[in-house]
Amino acid sequence: MTDVDLSTDLAGLAMPSPVMTAAGCGGRELAAYTDLSALGALVTRTVTLDTRAGSPPPRVVETPSGVVSAVGLQNPGLQGFLTTDLPWFAQRKVRTVVSVSAGSLAEYGELARRLATAPGVDAVEVHLEVSDAHQTGKAVHVVRRDLPHGMPVLAKLAAGGDVASLARAAVDNGADAVVVTQGFPALVIDPVTLRPALGAGPGLLTGPAVHALALRCVWDVHEALPHVPVVGAGGIRTGFDALAMLLAGATAVQLGSVLLRDPSAADRVTRELTDELASRDLKSAADAVGLAHQQPDGSSR
Amino acid sequence: MTATVQTGPVQVTGEVLSVKKAGAYQHLTMVAPGIAERFRPGTFVTVAVGGPLSSTTLRRSLPVHRVRPTGAYGGTVECVFAVDDAATAWLAAAPAGTPLDVVGPLGRPYALPKEPVTCVLVGDGCASAPLFPLAERLRERSCVVHMLLGATTESALFGALEARRATRGVVVTTADGSVGMRGRVVDALPDLLTRVQADVVYAAGPHDVLHGVARAAEAHGAWSQTAIDVPDGCGTGLCLGCVLPVVGEDGVTRMVRACAEGPVFRGDRVRWDDLGTVPADARGAS
Repeated sequence: MTDVDLSTDLAGLAMPSPVMTAAGCGGRELAAYTDLSALGALVTRTVTLDTRAGSPPPRVVETPSGVVSAVGLQNPGLQGFLTTDLPWFAQRKVRTVVSVSAGSLAEYGELARRLATAPGVDAVEVHLEVSDAHQTGKAVHVVRRDLPHGMPVLAKLAAGGDVASLARAAVDNGADAVVVTQGFPALVIDPVTLRPALGAGPGLLTGPAVHALALRCVWDVHEALPHVPVVGAGGIRTGFDALAMLLAGATAVQLGSVLLRDPSAADRVTRELTDELASRDLKSAADAVGLAHQQPDGSSR
Repeated sequence: MTATVQTGPVQVTGEVLSVKKAGAYQHLTMVAPGIAERFRPGTFVTVAVGGPLSSTTLRRSLPVHRVRPTGAYGGTVECVFAVDDAATAWLAAAPAGTPLDVVGPLGRPYALPKEPVTCVLVGDGCASAPLFPLAERLRERSCVVHMLLGATTESALFGALEARRATRGVVVTTADGSVGMRGRVVDALPDLLTRVQADVVYAAGPHDVLHGVARAAEAHGAWSQTAIDVPDGCGTGLCLGCVLPVVGEDGVTRMVRACAEGPVFRGDRVRWDDLGTVPADARGAS
């Protein structure tokens, strides 16, 4: 059962497993519950150039099988990140993907230039909030231009639009892989105030409620761009959920809201994924990637 | 006995030992090995509710009423809560033996005085539950402990009997006057602080009670330690969902997490009037 090979090459980033954490759901806080260095990679909280205090509370509201959230990218700013979190990860040999967001192309460039020389950055993930191919392409282009060639750039695409065209725009502008997808635009009304329940008003839906939607996005991107590495994110709770992402075309997966419910979920999902692969005589995680797109043997369709 | 101090939270698969009705509340005892040894008053635990197939994504935080490191069942943790949603209803109805994913102890505990001082412990409803292990620790340090317990009505009062055993003096208030003084704990607090010459006030309860406690303590010249009710979330600090504006030692306001930097804060550090907002002068506010 244990001779399944989980090692994963994500656009040049060598990972011992395809199981990563998603931006905002993995950090030093998890170290008490899980071995962060055993993760495929950890994606940091999204970092902006300047400190952000974030959105007013409430920021997270539970819905059936999910959460709607609007945190507003609270973070200590790039300087704070480079002096606290990043060295902490590097010291513990945690493969670290730095998630970045900016309000302008100039800021994206500045972030990329400073991350290019920071020790301990294994890849950069561009956090894209707008479902617009042109803007997606421009942001990715600027980040790619200022990073060293060997460092993978991941584009985390906004949900709710034509994900395949966003993926194409990202890849045409230098993205090495796409992360599919951000949470889906959503709203919750508070039964007492009769106003939006989140302090910020609207938010993004994540959790098991979006798993089938995210799976479809992964499927669509893999079908349109079969040679582009895809990272599947959205409502993964179990090893089979992760396997389903691989079968739909994902090279790796990211865990998000499941880590709120179960801080050691990465260990469990990795273990379950191994068993799911083994029980189907799949020798490696890589063997499963895109398998759902193939015609079954003997099919006459 | 080893001298090793065990710190930091653990995640354990425990189980429900019993859920008993305690007035208007539920008194949950769970087997959760490893948590009792690490517990300090003011820290809390979180539980994942609904079992493995649950559609519930967020954990529920529970202040800790009592811990027993060893016993017939291994380490146990006791919490008192009110049923106010489907998740707490599930917990209240969970039969003995129900597996329970427990994480704890979480957060920062109440700061304990180095000198044997006079303390007033203020609790509202079942929020007073975590004050009892605190009273024990304070008495071990030869502190004089008084308790002020309040509720809407007699049946919603928690721990009044136990408080009489555990403290030098107990004052009770109810909003309807069914027992004790008519009014709220914050109405009775200023007189009590003067009468017993309190040095430190410890409190747990809703925001408006904590705000009132912080104000009364400051007026009297006492320190206050207030424990915020941690909203549903992750409990570990990941989700940044439970932030509130708190003034740091450098005088700068930051949005900090109730679960990780709290739940206990110095009452004079919390910007009570600005809860639910990001104040314009908070670090990083746009």
